[in-house]
Amino acid sequence: MSGYSLRGLNWFNALSAGAKALDGLPPSLRVADVALGRLLAVVADPDNRFPRARNGEVGLLEGWGLAKAVDDAISADREQTHKRPLIAIVDVPSQAYGRREEALGIHQALAGAADAYARARLAGHPVIALLVGKAMSGAFLAHGYQANRLIALRDPGVMVHAMGKASAARVTLRSVEELEALASSVPPMAYDIDSYASLGLLWETLSVQQIEQPTAEDLARVTECLKQAIGDVSSGDLSNRLGATNRAASSRVRELLRAQW
Amino acid sequence: MTDSAALLNKHSFVELGARQRAKALLDAGSFRELLDPFQRVMSPWLERQGVVPQADDGVVIAKGSLDGLPVVIAAIEGAFQGGSLGEVGGAKIAGALELAAEDNRKGIATRAILLLETGGVRLQEANLGLAAIADIHAAIVDLQQYQPVVGVVAGSVGCFGGMSIAAGLCSYLLVTQEARLGLNGPQVIEQEAGIEEYDSRDRPFIWSLTGGEQRFASGLVDRYVADDVAQIRDQVGELLQQGLPPQPRSQRAEWFLQRLAGLETGPQIEPSMVRDLYQGERS
Amino acid sequence: METLSFEFPAGQPPRGRALVGCVGSGDLEVLIEPGLAGRLTINVQTSVNGSEQRWQHLFARMFDGTTPPAMSIDIHDFGATPGVVRLRLEQGFEEIGHD
Repeated sequence: MSGYSLRGLNWFNALSAGAKALDGLPPSLRVADVALGRLLAVVADPDNRFPRARNGEVGLLEGWGLAKAVDDAISADREQTHKRPLIAIVDVPSQAYGRREEALGIHQALAGAADAYARARLAGHPVIALLVGKAMSGAFLAHGYQANRLIALRDPGVMVHAMGKASAARVTLRSVEELEALASSVPPMAYDIDSYASLGLLWETLSVQQIEQPTAEDLARVTECLKQAIGDVSSGDLSNRLGATNRAASSRVRELLRAQW
Repeated sequence: MTDSAALLNKHSFVELGARQRAKALLDAGSFRELLDPFQRVMSPWLERQGVVPQADDGVVIAKGSLDGLPVVIAAIEGAFQGGSLGEVGGAKIAGALELAAEDNRKGIATRAILLLETGGVRLQEANLGLAAIADIHAAIVDLQQYQPVVGVVAGSVGCFGGMSIAAGLCSYLLVTQEARLGLNGPQVIEQEAGIEEYDSRDRPFIWSLTGGEQRFASGLVDRYVADDVAQIRDQVGELLQQGLPPQPRSQRAEWFLQRLAGLETGPQIEPSMVRDLYQGERS
Repeated sequence: METLSFEFPAGQPPRGRALVGCVGSGDLEVLIEPGLAGRLTINVQTSVNGSEQRWQHLFARMFDGTTPPAMSIDIHDFGATPGVVRLRLEQGFEEIGHD
């Protein structure tokens, strides 16, 4: 029994179909080029040199490693008209919480990853995030949230949130039960993917048969969806995330700012 | 000037609220606030959770000039809900940065200054705060194609969570001794990793790792300034004049990976180890 | 949290408006704008429940024997003491007087 998720690794293996993994990266990263584009996953490394990042958390090495892998694609395609798509496979339980991480500037490492993904998007690489497991907080900001298109598999284990339930309860001075009750009536506080979808941030949600270990049919379905998402990317900005009723204030603030600018 | 005269002439920046800070940095008379509090664009999520809202949702957006240069300032009010970002406050910052980038595409060289006092995402608006912070990250990177974004962490809240990543994206960062900069708040680290790993009540320990002086000594920020309005203003002005940095900190992955590869991660870390690792061979 | 409304007789509206304070611990935010002639209206949102009587007394004492300007006042209170409330209101009145 392992204490960490294997979803990211299993989806990476399925989508990469034996393609050679890029080397020179931390062992907790899997990166490979396939017909679809460059796949990037953060996976659990029980031997991670940083003990607080052994369960698939995004830590110092993961943040800077992602930045390097994305930068490598940007440089390689600089002179090309066709920029390879980047596909972030997201199964990240959290950022790494630890003394070494804070001391050595984990915020800067995560900024490195976010910067690289955002620059890739602005350079014309279609960037897609495929959520197959948890997409939590700082970890998701570094790995996935800068994508042009977000796709989530429909499953109770797929969740986006700013903080785990126990910590969120403690910080907001509520019990976990109170937090859950509130979450059921306040969509941005909920942990389930349907509530998240109601915020308008996802491009697509998709059901599969076996989320832990995809079947051939699952793989075909997700591959087709990724192709469509890549084809759908038309601009480098994130404006396609705006427009949902549950995110109306985000649009209204922008309209008012523009009028008063 | 005698020491006591210098003290009398010193005006604390840390003690100022967000709006006063923005005014203090801008050229006299140039401050113009967008979505001011009288427009009452407030959080649509707090009241239904029994939390009193603030008229500006804790974020001040002001246009104006600094030493004659066109700037937009986004200032976070640390006293309101710990400077946490919800949907409205987050959209104000993201939207302002987006318009600044648009200005540049039209030939207007608007720069941005972020005054960061924030614990990150406002948990009552969780996923909308997180989404707004992703938008802020995107907008900082976009704007930096043209002009610098200067981040100021003066204190006393510090800068944490997703907004510490925003700080890490800035072209330049300025801190005071009162500042703290880190991804995870001490309480959360203690809860997740245990008190042995991180004692959230040990203030000297926390400052020694994440305080302004240590961050400057480790090369993770660009300026370390006294808590004085005039000095902070001068330094921000200087940074704006410098234009874009040749190699932004967030684009030095290879360098950081090399340094981290040289670190012995067995023993627990000490502040001096970070300074040596990142600054030891600085020319 | 509760929302309360108060009304008092007043004179003419002031010309200016004012913002003082902040919704921080033990503090409050006060927004003052010109109201309709003859009326002073105050809306209070406060984190402290069951405080209507205290607000009523505080305002009654402040405006007792005076004819305040006709203002529309919004208060966002985060547990301020009566002393802090008075201070903020006086600061606000001072500011509108300058305009």
